[in-house]
This record gives sequence, structure tokens and C-alpha cells, in this order.
Amino acid sequence: MMTDKDMKDGRDGAHSFALKLNGISKSFGAVRANRDISLDVRAGSIHGIVGENGAGKSTLMNIIFGLQTADSGDMQVFGQLASIRSSADAIGLGVGMVHQHFMLVPNMSVLDNVMLGTEGGYLLAEGREQTLEKLKQLSSEYGMGVDPFALIEDLPVGIRQRVEIIKAIKGGARILILDEPTGVLTPGEAKQLFDILRSLRDDGVTVLLITHKLEEIMAITDHVSIMRDGEMVAHRETAATNPQELARLMVGRDVLLSVEKEPASPREVKLRVSGLGCSSRAGNRLLKDVSFELRAGEILGIAGVAGNGQTELLEILSGMRTVDDGSIKLLDQTIDADNALSPYNLRELGVAHIPEDRHEHGLVLSFEAQENAILGYHNDPGYVRGMVMDKDAVLERCETLMKDHDVRPPNPSLHASNFSGGNQQKIVIGREVDRNPEILLVGQPTRGVDVGAIEFIHKQLIRLRDEGCAILLVSVELEEILSLSDRVMVMNEGEIVGIVDQTEASQERVGMMMAGIGSDAAA
Amino acid sequence: MSEFAYQLLLTLDATLRLATPLILCAMAGIFSERSGIIDISLEGKMLMGAFVAAAVAFTSGSPWLGVLAAMLASVVLAVVHGFACITHRGNQVVSGLAINILASGLTVTIGIALFRQGGQTPPLGSTDRFRPIEWWLVDALDAVPIFGPIYRELISGHNMLVYIALFLVPLSAFLLYRTRFGLRLRAVGEVPKAVDSAGISVSFLRYRAVIIAGLLCGIAGAYLSIGQGAGFVKEMSAGKGYIALAAVIFGKWRPVPALLACLLFGFLEAVSARLQGVDLPLIGEAPTQLMLALPYVMVVLVLAGFIGKASPPAAIGQPYSK
Repeated sequence: MMTDKDMKDGRDGAHSFALKLNGISKSFGAVRANRDISLDVRAGSIHGIVGENGAGKSTLMNIIFGLQTADSGDMQVFGQLASIRSSADAIGLGVGMVHQHFMLVPNMSVLDNVMLGTEGGYLLAEGREQTLEKLKQLSSEYGMGVDPFALIEDLPVGIRQRVEIIKAIKGGARILILDEPTGVLTPGEAKQLFDILRSLRDDGVTVLLITHKLEEIMAITDHVSIMRDGEMVAHRETAATNPQELARLMVGRDVLLSVEKEPASPREVKLRVSGLGCSSRAGNRLLKDVSFELRAGEILGIAGVAGNGQTELLEILSGMRTVDDGSIKLLDQTIDADNALSPYNLRELGVAHIPEDRHEHGLVLSFEAQENAILGYHNDPGYVRGMVMDKDAVLERCETLMKDHDVRPPNPSLHASNFSGGNQQKIVIGREVDRNPEILLVGQPTRGVDVGAIEFIHKQLIRLRDEGCAILLVSVELEEILSLSDRVMVMNEGEIVGIVDQTEASQERVGMMMAGIGSDAAA
Repeated sequence: MSEFAYQLLLTLDATLRLATPLILCAMAGIFSERSGIIDISLEGKMLMGAFVAAAVAFTSGSPWLGVLAAMLASVVLAVVHGFACITHRGNQVVSGLAINILASGLTVTIGIALFRQGGQTPPLGSTDRFRPIEWWLVDALDAVPIFGPIYRELISGHNMLVYIALFLVPLSAFLLYRTRFGLRLRAVGEVPKAVDSAGISVSFLRYRAVIIAGLLCGIAGAYLSIGQGAGFVKEMSAGKGYIALAAVIFGKWRPVPALLACLLFGFLEAVSARLQGVDLPLIGEAPTQLMLALPYVMVVLVLAGFIGKASPPAAIGQPYSK
């Protein structure tokens, strides 16, 4: 069936492809990040690129945008052979990019950020009026309203992203690349973003969307290309494919997208948090009157946009931060402002912690896997003989961990930095769960982890729950919270918006709550 | 005019003279550090500038040639710093230290080779140096109370480099906040990737910043040897580059507050000179050494206690790689 758009493209003939890649390859040392990649992107379409972490998507986009140069291969932009050696070249050819990590200067205004690179004269005053005019025009055309004089650091992420998009298209970009644009957005903000992208497409802008979220691909793209291990493995029309097929193409085997689990059978309360509060050093309230209970044999998921108090809550419960107000009853210990327990004490009590940022708090990247496998438990009698480490015991422990948790490559003397994100996370998880903790605190268990490993990690968490562990799960991936949790607690600005049962926790309802709209109003 | 007021006026006059090299170096530091390059080599560049200015002014008899040569020599060191830090992504503190040590040794070595006076340059005649400029109507205005003496001592009677230094402060502020170059410079010290992805070369921008720092340090050095002094003396920068760096931090990397910090430090130095040998109430006559150390002690106290939260450019000290 031919759509209107196809016919328009057909008429345009020579310009029917906005972007054509031919045999693009790029290596970093021994790692071949992109191998002989070919890609055709139709003008005026939204084209998705999916792949696991490390599949080479970002490298490819950086090549298109000139941040990196390909070792071989060529590129055509609107039918013209293009040599893009710098982002200036790309911008000149009408390619704009919205980066995963925003390229904005936090302590400068929106206007200054938008002007950067296209100031329109040596004196800033010359281009200022023009840019303001352009901002006004874009805001009315695409509903991208934003105060030009606000400082970036004062704006919520959703608005910051708008500024990035404005930066990319203000010079009349015809091709817009977005790298994992929804990772930091609430579901509501993501929807707004997609509306903007659709209206951009309707105005003839070609959108290249990189993501690992299959539902986004299904929701918004016209075509999709799948990458795996640095290669382009398939191209599909979105209408003619489904998430299962895409997942299989991404991973190279069948993947269970949904988590299979029995209903939980919660038992005694293991953790009771009452009226918990804490402040930053600058005096901002980070947590306000947080109260909840966690029982053995259940997973309590905490949903929320990053930066709404989840991190602080995990830090307090794991002993990394002290309590300011309220108290915590944990197993048979009470923790409050006067009674602090160190992470070490807590670990001895049976509280295991999988930190949100594994590079910062979970691993020492320059240590070997075997050393990382016992970090925090290194004083256990099993690992020491007198004053010295029992190297053989440590090695054996690591070998078992690697086998049980499918860590690849299973090499205990490899440095932690040389494992992929998923395998690093498996080392952390293995270390924390193998002692059958009473309480498990989990932060972002699958951040930067590939689809295959996600499936494995999710199964582990469910198994622990069934064995009677009390699990507190923090994740910014709403999908993950909804599929794993037995109860969902939503946080916004350091407060609990509400706690809903899994059966009543729909994407829409929790999404509203994440934006701070109370559970009653949302119901 | 009372004796105290007159003493104060003389102290303020000395403040301006002592603050001039600090102001020039502080502006240099702001340009470099705002672009993300730590510059502890202000000291070394100034010292090299001082030597070259004196040597060239002595040989050619022209103070202006001396300044130009000083700027050039200082820029050479700045480019070396840039080459180490920008092109080769070296450690910026180590590179800066190396330049300071290099300048400290090189000036004396070349000085001995050229002039055979133990590392000094021969004393400069009055035509080889920048001399105080008498402003218009100084004598006529002498009769005016208050303004007359202020005009004579404080406003008039400095050498050209002092006025240049003061003029460079608003110029620096204008460059930083009102021009395309300034916008990009401020951005590159915060989020170099943002600049790179806007299609602007991070390296070129940073090179320009360190070169500006070199030019300014060169003027500062020339001021020491052919403005304020009359010839180069070994180690004559005497830590002023570090004090200027403290002023940059105290001024939170902004030109006008940094100027005020330089004036404060200059004032402390002027006071300590004036208080030598004076009987102070309660403590009597303070030892000279203590008085000389006073400004440095105050710098430490000011930086430790009164600065509040100083947030340096976010990307400072981090070599940029894509």
C-alpha cells in the first residue's frame, strides 16, 4: 500500500533519501565498533535505529554528525556525496543532533546556549534579536515554549531537551538525530517529545531516532534498522514488524520481554521507614516525611524521574548517608539521627546493596574481577588467613560467581573496566545476592545493560523474592518497575506521591504520579 | 589635609602601583582558566617577560620595544603550556610548574651569559623605562582641597602600563560577556563538548585563550622591570603570579571582582611596606619579616574564610578528548 508520503517521496526522485550510508567501518584499537554499515534513510520519515548497548549505534551517529570519522565507507546527504570531518561540516549540510548527554552549558542562559556557534556577528548584540525572534517562531510552530533568559541549570530535563532540539533545528536542519532522547523524561514529557518529532516530520524534517526502547520504535517510527555487534543486521518497515522480532534481531536469539512471575506472598515486615527526612548541605530538603514498609518476599518498586529523592533514600538505607529526621526500623535495629549504622554494619546484618552507579559505588574499575567479587565482604573469615588475603579462596569464590551468574568472559583476573556494562553488573549482583541477604536494596539494576543480560538479572531478582528476600527496587525505567514490582511507590520532589498495588499500577497512572499528580487524582 | 589622610593617599597610590602586575596577571588567568586551562604559569611567564623587557629595553633603548619583546617571550611560554595541555592533553599543573621552573632558571642563565652581572640586567637609564606621566593641570588643581592631592598622587603620575592595566579590565569584561569569542570561551571552559558539537574547534579556542594570557603576562613582566623597577633582578616576580591566581579565584573568575581582589592584595602589600619600623599600638615595632609576610598571610585567610562558594569553570583542568 502506498501512503501519501511515499508518493511525495517518489515524486521527489533524486531527493527521496535524506541519508545514504555505504560500507561505513570504524575501529577503536581492536574493537570494531562499526562494520560495513549501509543504511538508507527516507527523506521526511522517522527512522529508528535499535540495538543493545555497545552495538555501535552511538558511534554510527557520531560519524554521521562528524564527531568521529569513519575508517572507510562513504555517505550521501540528499543525494550528494558528503565528506563530514567535523560537526561544523555536518551542521553545514543540514544535520543536527540532540545528544544523549545534553551539550548545554548549565550556568548560561537558554539564549546564550542557542546562540553558541551561530552568534551572527562578532558582537553578541547583533544576533540576539534575531535569535529571540527565531525562538518565538519555533515555540509557536512546534509548541516548544521556553524562557530564553532562564539559566539551563534551573530548567527541568524535559525543557533542557527542548533547548537541545531548538539548537539543532534553528539553523534549518533537515536531518535531526536524537540519541536515546527519552532516557531522562517522564512518560508525559516523552509523549510531548514525540508530538514535536511528528510535527517536525510533517514539515519535512527527517528524524533519526536511536533508542533501545522497542515500544518507542513501535510508537513513532516509520522504518527501523537493527544493529548488533557493530553490524547492521536488518531493516524493517515498522508497520510490518513487532517487538518480539526486533528483540530477537537485536540479541540474536529469542528473548522474553515480559517477566514471568507468580503473585508474591509477602511475610513479616523487614524494614519500616517512618517520617524519614534529609537535607542537602546547602539546606535543600531532599527527602520529606517518607514512610513505608517492606516485607519479606516482596519487591517494592520506587518509580520516579531521576533526581526526586530515590538516590538519597537508597543512600540512607545502605548507610552511605545519615538520617536527619525520622527513623528506620531495620530487622531489629533502629536507625535515626542519633544511631547511625555504617554500610559495613548493615552488610553484616544482612542488608545487601546494588548501587545505582556501579562505576562510582559498585566496583573499583581498576581492580581485577576477583577482587571486586569480594569487595565489602573482604573481612569474611573465608577470605583471610590472619592478616593476609587467602588468594585461592578469593579466586574460587569469583569462579563460582562467574559460573552462577553467567559473567562473560569468565576470567577472574580481568580488570573490571574490561567487562561490558551487563557483565560488570552481574559481578556486582552476584557479590551482593549470593549470601542470601534479608534485605536487598537495588538501584537501576539494568542501566546500561543489554537486553540479554536484563532478562537474566530480572529472573535473579524474582528468584530472590520467592526465596523470601525483601527487595527495594529503584529504577528510572518505568517498564522495569511495573514488570518486577509487587507494589509500586512513586516519588516526586523527595516525597511519596502514593503507593499502589501492582494490579492497579498502569503506565498512565504511575506516569501521572511521577509528574507529582497524587494517586487519588490520577485514579 | 591631615597627616593621616595624606599617608592614606600615599598608601593608595602605592596600592595602585603594586596591584598593576596583579591586575594584568589576573586578567591573563581569567582568560586561560575560563577556557578550561589551569594557569599557574602566570608567575613564570611574568618573570620571563620581566627579563626580556629589561634586556631588550637596555639594548635598544626603547621601552616600547621592551614591552613587545616581553609579550612575545611570554607568548612563547604560553604556547608551550598550550602545546603540553591542549595538544598533548598533559597535566596542566605539572606543565605550569615546569614553565615556572624553566623561567626561573632560564632568565638568570641567559642574564649571566649576556650581561655578566650575576643574572641581573644592567640598571636602565630613565629613557629606557616607562616614566610617570604628569597629567594636565596637576599644578593648577593643587589648590583644590581634597581633589587636588587625589588628582596629583592617585590619578596622575603613573606610568603608561598602569593605565593600560586598568583599561584592560573593562576590555576583558567586554570581550568575555559581549562578544562571540567571549561566549565561546566561557562555554568551552564549562562544557567543551557543547562547543565541539556546535562545530567550533575546542583546541583553537583554548590556544587563543592561553595566547591572550601570554600577552597579558608579558605586559605584567615588563611593568616589573621597566615600569616599576629599573632593570631585571633575579626572581623579581616574587610570587606575584600566585597572588594574582588567588585574586582570580577570589574574584570568582570575573574581571571586575578580580580587579577588586588585586587592589585589596595590593593595598595589603602597600600597608605592610608602610608599617615597617612603625610603632604599633599594643605590640610595638613589628619585625620587618612579619610585615613582609602579612599580605601573604592575608591572602591565605581571605581565600580560606571569606570567599564563599567559588565554583570554578566546570571543565577546568580536564584535557578535552572527543
